[in-house]
Amino acid sequence: MKIVAVTSCPTGIAHTYMAAESLEEAAKEGGHSIAVETQGAAGANPLTDEQISSADVVVLAADVEVRNRERFAGKPTVVVPIKRAINDPGAVLDQAAALLAAALAPEPAPTAGSPPPPARVGGTPVRAEHGPSGATRVRQWLMTGVSYMIPFVAAGGILIALSFVIGGAQIATKVNGGTFHGVTYPGVTDISKLLAQTGVAGVMFKIGGIAFSMLVPILAGFIAYAMADRPGLVPGIVAGLIANAIGAGFLGGLVGGLLAGGVVLAILKIKVPKAVAGIMPVVVIPLISTLIVGFLMIAAVGQPIAAATRGLTDWLNGLNGSNAIALGALLGLMMAFDMGGPVNKVAYTFGLASLAAGNQQVMAAVMAAGMTPPLALALATAVRPGFFTKPEREAGNAAWLLGASFITEGAIPFAAADPLRIIPSLMAGSAVTGALVMALHASSPAPHGGIWVIGLIGKPLVWLVAILAGTVVSAACVVVAKGLGRRSLATPSGLAVESRKVAVAG
Amino acid sequence: MSELITTDLVDLDVKATERGEATAHLAGLLAAAGRVTDLEGFLADVAAREAQMPTGIEGGIGIPHARSRFVSAPTLGFGRSTAGVDFGAEDGPAHLIFLIAAPEGGDSDHMTILSKLARRLVHRSFREALLGAGDPQAIVDLVDKEVLGK
Repeated sequence: MKIVAVTSCPTGIAHTYMAAESLEEAAKEGGHSIAVETQGAAGANPLTDEQISSADVVVLAADVEVRNRERFAGKPTVVVPIKRAINDPGAVLDQAAALLAAALAPEPAPTAGSPPPPARVGGTPVRAEHGPSGATRVRQWLMTGVSYMIPFVAAGGILIALSFVIGGAQIATKVNGGTFHGVTYPGVTDISKLLAQTGVAGVMFKIGGIAFSMLVPILAGFIAYAMADRPGLVPGIVAGLIANAIGAGFLGGLVGGLLAGGVVLAILKIKVPKAVAGIMPVVVIPLISTLIVGFLMIAAVGQPIAAATRGLTDWLNGLNGSNAIALGALLGLMMAFDMGGPVNKVAYTFGLASLAAGNQQVMAAVMAAGMTPPLALALATAVRPGFFTKPEREAGNAAWLLGASFITEGAIPFAAADPLRIIPSLMAGSAVTGALVMALHASSPAPHGGIWVIGLIGKPLVWLVAILAGTVVSAACVVVAKGLGRRSLATPSGLAVESRKVAVAG
Repeated sequence: MSELITTDLVDLDVKATERGEATAHLAGLLAAAGRVTDLEGFLADVAAREAQMPTGIEGGIGIPHARSRFVSAPTLGFGRSTAGVDFGAEDGPAHLIFLIAAPEGGDSDHMTILSKLARRLVHRSFREALLGAGDPQAIVDLVDKEVLGK
């Protein structure tokens, strides 16, 4: 095989060169060709573009950050501590060979449900990345974004839920302004007065909301990071912020992240003169990629979403007064479709408008249907933990509280990682819940709060049964869908492969 | 350019058994030869590097080293220990100790010599020759031959 390698250590006078020599000797012995870039004190000997593009596999033996790592984006890469390359270079090359074999195999991918645990060889953590089939790569990119997003969901969601517990569900209205159960609050515009006006609960609600506002930017940013390494981060995060600004929700962020990663990878392929190469990573790539991605997000994604939102709202208003059960099912489908995205917002806004017009049943249906997605995933991770990654299982634990508090976003990590299986499953259960609430005439005078406003709910037992039914339906669908998509994983002996960036967060 | 190593920078019977003591002993040889201008300062730089990640390598080797402003010329101090000195390698103590001193602003010629030295260290034949050398001059000759091609 053809290998390119980079060696790098803190001082750059000893280990860098020892590792280079060791790898070269081992490659000679094994009949491989190798080119090593020593990022040490004795001046630069950079790999040529030719060497990199013709290489089968990349070995990074480094205890400090490898410079210009983005050159290797998309190549199967073995990352080892530098001493390992000195002490046992043969094993490092074996590992590279196994990784290459895995990357070339027809179905080398981790199972759809759960990437294998972090690889450990000889007691040393080994991180590896490779380029398998298209669908699997997309899934790895999404998983990377999700794994960085989950802590934001957990921190923000639990803070919001706790603020309901401490301050009552009206805390959201106290902070944001509006009407809750007949009482109108002005809201807090000066955040420095938040504590004085709304107490600790209000502050917690606000912090949770701010943490939540980072969900989509982090998701988009780290999807792009998984694709294009560091240069992907800026356009990805900006795409996520724009997705927020245009109300595109997490699906918009998902699209934005993939777009940003793709644009950066395309820019990296362009050959530039040496004089410009130095400012490429710091100025040119962030500038150009952010401009392109931002423009597309605002012009090509934002406007259709705004138009679709208007159309959907008009259509829903036109349905008012028709079959209540069908309306409940439809609202359920919408609530679970994008969990805080534009479709969900249309349904929720419809619920608010109905409430203002005196119809409390629609609100009860909307709220219940928004609670089932996280609850269903919490249930699914509890009954079938093997179908989920470790970060997903942890998100599943938090999802009980988030779902109970009507924080539908608790389901986003699962939906973003595996949208095609998760979203339809969640829609099915939420439709059942929405229809049941309308059919059995439960009602809610509160626009949010979930289980914490149970005292205000009309026919609370019926309402709970509807939520339970939808939760079970969705969880069953999720388990079946995940089960259908599972494949067995052929792992080369002694080597497990994982997406490198997932390991960072997981 | 001054010699990378001379006989007075070689100790074939290092008595110290602790990493810091062994390093200080070899650094003392460098200071006595005028290669290190401030022993304390240099040792602090070496200790700082050692603290980042122990420099022991499998095969009984320790390579305490630093780039330091207290070093006047790129220099190798060599010590051999029968009992062994623990430099944090997984397979046991070091019997060959290479104290590599690089001047902080060292030009690339200096650094290239040290990089060649580092590359030779991974070769078993070089290590075995160093273990078998009978006197300091044999060590100096080996290094000159392998690293400088003399």
